[in-house]
Amino acid sequence: MSAYLKLDHIDKTFVRGATTTQVLKEVTLEIEKGEYVSIIGHSGCGKSTLLNIVAGLTTATAGGVILEGREVNAPGPDRAVVFQNHSLLPWLTVYDNVRLAVDKVFSGTKSRAERNDWTLHNLELVQMVHAKDKRPGEVSGGMKQRVGIARALAMEPKVLLLDEPFGALDALTRAHLQDSVMQIHATLGNTILMITHDVDEAVLLSDRIVMMTNGPSARIGEVLTVDLVRPRRRLELVANPTYLKAREAVLKFLHERHRFVEAA
Amino acid sequence: MTTPALKFPAQDAPASARAPRATVVALPSPKRKPLAARLRPVLGVIAANVVPPFIVLMLLVGLWQVLCSSPTSPLPAPTTIIQNSWELISNPFYDRGGLDKGLFWHILASLQRVAIGYSLAAVAGVGLGTLIGQSTWAMRGLDPLFQVLRTVPPLAWLPLSLAAFRDGQPAAIFVIFITAIWPIIINTAVGIRNIPQDYRNVAAVLRLNPLEFFIKIMVPAAAPYIFTGLRIGIGLSWLAIIAAEMLIGGVGVGFFIWDAWNSSLIGDIIVALIYVGIVGFILDRIIAGIGAFVTRGTTAA
Ligand SMILES: Nc1ncnc2c1ncn2[C@@H]1O[C@H](COP(=O)(O)OP(=O)(O)O)[C@@H](O)[C@H]1O
Ligand SMILES: [Mg+2]
Repeated sequence: MSAYLKLDHIDKTFVRGATTTQVLKEVTLEIEKGEYVSIIGHSGCGKSTLLNIVAGLTTATAGGVILEGREVNAPGPDRAVVFQNHSLLPWLTVYDNVRLAVDKVFSGTKSRAERNDWTLHNLELVQMVHAKDKRPGEVSGGMKQRVGIARALAMEPKVLLLDEPFGALDALTRAHLQDSVMQIHATLGNTILMITHDVDEAVLLSDRIVMMTNGPSARIGEVLTVDLVRPRRRLELVANPTYLKAREAVLKFLHERHRFVEAA
Repeated sequence: MTTPALKFPAQDAPASARAPRATVVALPSPKRKPLAARLRPVLGVIAANVVPPFIVLMLLVGLWQVLCSSPTSPLPAPTTIIQNSWELISNPFYDRGGLDKGLFWHILASLQRVAIGYSLAAVAGVGLGTLIGQSTWAMRGLDPLFQVLRTVPPLAWLPLSLAAFRDGQPAAIFVIFITAIWPIIINTAVGIRNIPQDYRNVAAVLRLNPLEFFIKIMVPAAAPYIFTGLRIGIGLSWLAIIAAEMLIGGVGVGFFIWDAWNSSLIGDIIVALIYVGIVGFILDRIIAGIGAFVTRGTTAA
């Protein structure tokens, strides 16, 4: 049997006027159902481009994405995205932002009352029911990101795509949200593909970490399996040898073998 | 797109700031402050906003009175106007048939023309603006044309409009339409073009169809821009109708002013101008108010 989600020999070349840049080269990756996979790499290497290709928001120059045995090349709610900058609609309340997605995805299958319940249920998963009538401008960055996650979860996606979901948050808020996501993953068993540039985050959350080489023509350099039992608790992991070894491996990859030259 | 004149400072801020000063003598008491103490800041705000314009107005009217009170003055003084045009000021609703009506009826007629022409311009302008904002090719093709057409003064359209419609009423409405539509088109197009890619991505993931995208994403996202255009449009409409009515005649405040000039009733002209100014101001406030209501929350993201 083939993988649940398969990225098959993906190439991506951007053409802008006379210049062409190859961003991704031969990216192949198989993800199992319920797996939590992180993609880590230096900024600008093409992580967002890859995620957008999976989401269908960008088309690959060559290769393709196969989900449950079928090729997908247009965006859809089966691959819900949590964007880095939350992308909530500022004129809608927290509730209405989620409800918009619920109404669209379940218009034929759930009644009005059921859609209301389902919206509230998903807000509850991210502990945002208390702010449901606020507008995005009135809640903190962490809360906005929670709502973004609720909106994505509410679509009942086959794959949840997270593009540096905690990148813009302070360390404490980020830790809170990571715990929430771990909790949700444990309860619902979602298949998650997450982009990050935070090594600790990658090790803490992932079953596997995909490390990308620097661009242009970024490839998958290495894939690391994180053999830590779940549920994982960040405090207990601080001194865990497996955790430390995984962390070291990723750091070595990023900072020894694929140093980001421009950042030096 | 809020306007300074409508913005009152938060009313509880001065209340809490002033509270200690008011209760300095007594020990801090947990009781609610008496009504008078709570009303004082509110009254203060009102006074701060009403008193200065009132004083300036009084000074200007006084100056006018002094400058124009000599019998040889070409323009009447305020007191003269009140004497001569008292019926016009005191009773805007009289109607003696024909064109001999109170200012209310003239303004109502002008407003009706504006309402029709402006509504058509709003609908067509938002529609065309959306098209241009959405399509790069429509933008390239139409934008230069619009940029030229929008500089044509409203009255320059009138002869053409009269030739086409052969009647004053539709001709005047067309002039309103053609005057108001350009800022609405251009601002809508800019608003549509400025919709963040993020919102488009959300719509794509949700698979919103074009109609849903238009209603749920485009209109609210572009609303601040659209209302800027609508507000410029209503101001231009009001400018244009007065000028157009001077030429086409019939009931309407523009014709009223022209008629007063022909009858050398300078006082009537000034009274009418004050009405025109106030109505224009109210129209602007209405659109601004609707805009502020519709776009609440949109700017704070
Ligand atoms: N629409 C585009 N046109 C041209 N180049 C692009 C476009 N989008 C991204 N790129 C380029 O692709 C590279 C990868 O971008 P991105 O995927 O956003 O990187 P990351 O998310 O890893 O930081 C960057 O060098 C960026 O300049
Ligand atoms: Mg990125």
